[in-house]
Amino acid sequence: MQNVKDSLLHCHRLDKPIFRRGSGNDPLISFQSLGAHEYPEFVKIVEVGPRDGLQNEKEIVPTEVKVQLIDRLSDTGLSVIEATSFVSSKWVPQMADHTEVLQGIRKSPNVRYPVLTPNMHGFQNALAAGATEVAVFGSASETFSRKNINCSIDESMLRFEEVLNAAKDQQIPVRGYVSCALGCPHEGPIDPSKVTEVAKRLYEMGCYEVSLGDTVGVGTPGSMAAMLRSVTREVPCRALAVHCHDTYGQALANILTALQMGVCVVDSAVAGLGGCPYAQGSSGNVSTEDVLYMLHGMGIQTGVDLSKMIAVGDFICHSLNRKTNSRVAQARGSQL
Amino acid sequence: IIKYFGSIPRRVKIVEVGPRDGLQNEKTIVPAETKIRLIDMLSDSGLSVIEATSFVSPKWVPQMADQMEVMKGIRRKPGVSYPVLTPNLKGFQAAVEAGASEVAIFGAASELFSKKNINCSVEESLQRFEQVMVAAKAAGVPVRGYVSCVLGCPYEGKVAPAKVAKVAKRLYSMGCYEISLGDTIGVGTPGGMSEMLEAVSKVVPVGALAVHCHDTYGQALANILVALQMGVSVVDSSVGGLGGCPYAQGASGNVATEDVVYMLHGLGIQTGVDLPKLMDAGAFICHSLNRRTSSKVSQATHCKL
Repeated sequence: MQNVKDSLLHCHRLDKPIFRRGSGNDPLISFQSLGAHEYPEFVKIVEVGPRDGLQNEKEIVPTEVKVQLIDRLSDTGLSVIEATSFVSSKWVPQMADHTEVLQGIRKSPNVRYPVLTPNMHGFQNALAAGATEVAVFGSASETFSRKNINCSIDESMLRFEEVLNAAKDQQIPVRGYVSCALGCPHEGPIDPSKVTEVAKRLYEMGCYEVSLGDTVGVGTPGSMAAMLRSVTREVPCRALAVHCHDTYGQALANILTALQMGVCVVDSAVAGLGGCPYAQGSSGNVSTEDVLYMLHGMGIQTGVDLSKMIAVGDFICHSLNRKTNSRVAQARGSQL
Repeated sequence: IIKYFGSIPRRVKIVEVGPRDGLQNEKTIVPAETKIRLIDMLSDSGLSVIEATSFVSPKWVPQMADQMEVMKGIRRKPGVSYPVLTPNLKGFQAAVEAGASEVAIFGAASELFSKKNINCSVEESLQRFEQVMVAAKAAGVPVRGYVSCVLGCPYEGKVAPAKVAKVAKRLYSMGCYEISLGDTIGVGTPGGMSEMLEAVSKVVPVGALAVHCHDTYGQALANILVALQMGVSVVDSSVGGLGGCPYAQGASGNVATEDVVYMLHGLGIQTGVDLPKLMDAGAFICHSLNRRTSSKVSQATHCKL
């Protein structure tokens, strides 16, 4: 099993793609590169099933099942598993058992278990419960920020600064998320410069990594390329991750684009857990199994065992009494 | 290291295979009338090529038993082509009689697949096709060639790019105006797609190539993206993602046209297709088949925000 800390190797940087609207037969996007697409040798998977996935599942899952899910994931070779969220249970009932979950899981030595902390209160609770890594959630859309966490982007950044300062004191690494990076359910298209602004702020505040989320899955390779082109001017690509939703089936194509542009961290959820709260009945997170299949097929290493992942997907879908969203699991004869 | 120069085309032609490849792999037999209505709706969505039916023996493919009726019943929109499959001379003759003005032939890059699927070796199948080509040339009927198992075979496993190139070249030299490279069981990933296309584009001009990706492992759009980056500008797909995979029960098959169009339009690529009208056609056929669409775009769009 690979040690992720050593591994974040060369994120190959391609020459920047040129996105222009030409006329006639000009290509719209030409990767004027070395003549080859180079991909990272290793991609780190950040498994968000237990948090982002379950958070968006209707059925409330018992603590015991959450703990089992995380324990099983710990044996697949993953190095990061987002365990839970220290938000108020009023807002997110699924995460009400955050303390029990964090204290109940078997903490594997090669795995990190970040938790979401929206503010100081959440951070302190997380710390008390034994968290050793946390995450904060910003948005590239003002409207989404107001509707989702009841404050403006600026106000949220101030809250996060508090958390970052406290985290620094405790030597707790913090990951930053930017939601609506490729579009907002309320505002529609989002300007890449806005995403850059927020990503840069989080990075400069001290987040070691910034995950750019296509929250409603509307992005396509074109908008992904344009957004990353903007962000990578201000944040090094080795500190970036992509968090693609598969609501419109675009996730793997978007992830591929991100890899071509040098990103080497990908968020995904086992079995594609978690629907989309903005498009009821449609899918949300991209499936870890499908991402692994693509990466391994391309000769990219992840350290994760696909067969074990499929088995974990079977387990959680059975517990949730739902079908998997992973095409790979379906093809491999998943019974669900 | 895979070397290629990426340049995404401004325009992509979609070859809609729902009424043939899609329905062929659906368990529920739909009446001719439904097929005709589907094709007519697709004609109105801006597609320029709609594969209408298959002139194979109904013994093998019961879904296509109404081939004559369908061919004669559809409204032929000017500017739209309605190719049909013809596995041999007999099928070709029946197709022409039914009014077909374009046909397609199906080769395989895997020997085992050829034997199991059409009961003869790849070489024997190519010889049968030569007969069709001769007749087609005489009748002035264009022929499209398909190569199946280009990224993997359910029996042989890995398929060598050189083998794919060999079959593609043969079909092209025989006179096929376009060669559609099919990832029949959807096992391919972007690396394999690049490698295969690199080999094939050395012997067939990229402008004459199409990709026919199955989404059985969710890889279709990523594979199509890579193909576009290598200059391919023709993509096969199936409305609603019709057609499961006969080799992986319960799994998906064809990539959904709606999802492909969504990606292409998002990239600023023109297709001529009206996505809402396409989704209407998808909704219609899924309703007729009493099944849920496999298109994520359709699922998301028909949900309440």
